[in-house]
Amino acid sequence: MFEALADWLVYDLGGVQGSALGDALHFFVMDVTKILVLLTLVIYLMGLLRALLKPERVREFVRKRSNLSARFTAVGLGAVTPFCSCSSVPLFIGFVEAGIPLGVTLSFLIASPMINEVAVVVLASAIGWKFTALYVVTGLTVALIGGFVLERFKPERWVEDYVWKIRMGEAARIEPDNSLAARHTYAMGQVREIVGRIWKYVLIGVGVGALIHGFVPADFVVRVAGGGGALSVLAAVLIGVPLYSDAVGIIPIAEVLLHKGVPIGTVLAFMMAVTALSFPEMIILRKVVKWPLLALFAGYLALAFWVVGVSFNSLRGVL
Amino acid sequence: MKHIKVLGTGCANCTATLKLIEQVAAAKGAAIELEKVEDIARILGYGVMSTPGVVIDGKVVHAGGVPAKSTVEGWL
Repeated sequence: MFEALADWLVYDLGGVQGSALGDALHFFVMDVTKILVLLTLVIYLMGLLRALLKPERVREFVRKRSNLSARFTAVGLGAVTPFCSCSSVPLFIGFVEAGIPLGVTLSFLIASPMINEVAVVVLASAIGWKFTALYVVTGLTVALIGGFVLERFKPERWVEDYVWKIRMGEAARIEPDNSLAARHTYAMGQVREIVGRIWKYVLIGVGVGALIHGFVPADFVVRVAGGGGALSVLAAVLIGVPLYSDAVGIIPIAEVLLHKGVPIGTVLAFMMAVTALSFPEMIILRKVVKWPLLALFAGYLALAFWVVGVSFNSLRGVL
Repeated sequence: MKHIKVLGTGCANCTATLKLIEQVAAAKGAAIELEKVEDIARILGYGVMSTPGVVIDGKVVHAGGVPAKSTVEGWL
């Protein structure tokens, strides 16, 4: 359907078939329409089911569990809740106040931006289920292990003092109006809010993807991205860290890189570095934790993504 | 007169919520006192983690996202 639309618009109306420009435009039209439609659809359906969890609910779920099961719950919930980084601070304080261990909280903060149901649907439709499963399982593992590793450093000493003093009020019980009309209003609100937040990442991501797709020769991409050795993966991570995009926005770029023959581990590491680590989020988190913990957090993630990339590249023949 | 507080750390949705309440109040001619709460400790003190939240006369009536216009009309 999206391919037909792009064919018609770019090739029939535009008449630029068979050129690099045509290829790039075709990719752009197809991916922008496909991603925006999927995005809207998934968020609307989740909203209609009221399946989008609020942080208050997440906190209640996690606090009632024993240590190990809290870890798995936190990572799992992090994956199904598309929180924007603006909720990171209240979430962090709310978790700390509920007595949830810092490692569990950090696991949640790692998983949340990297994986969400919208990204999973888009990733699967753009690249395929196998890569999606790999991305999700690896992401969850990195988040889970991250909690354990960071805890070893006793991160409590780097939490700002005022955080420990905050006493949270009884979670407000707001009875949701469950009529279909109210659900529809709520779902539309969610669509507006989330699509309004990430549409620009989608446009930029698809734009960059389209340029590479149309104008950059495959052998050049592979030469720059390297053959998948440890150094090239390190470079991918280091380039990805300062860049930031929503998980959905980076997918078209990953799609093109894979298509041009960049090794799977390098692409995974790059995607994760772009989505999980960002300066804006660091600056927001700085309100609740001190620099050493932020540096440790970033350092662990960069190292973990590097290991992920190198491992998958060396497994290439097996997979 | 109703005392309404909008809880939010200054995100775009919080400003939108504030404006919406002002608008609806003006349209209905309802007398309200509107306050913006930006201090994170106070926000969490109301048990609200997903902003913006709305508090009317000390009771939390809404949390997370801009409320629908009809909802706001119901409050006033």
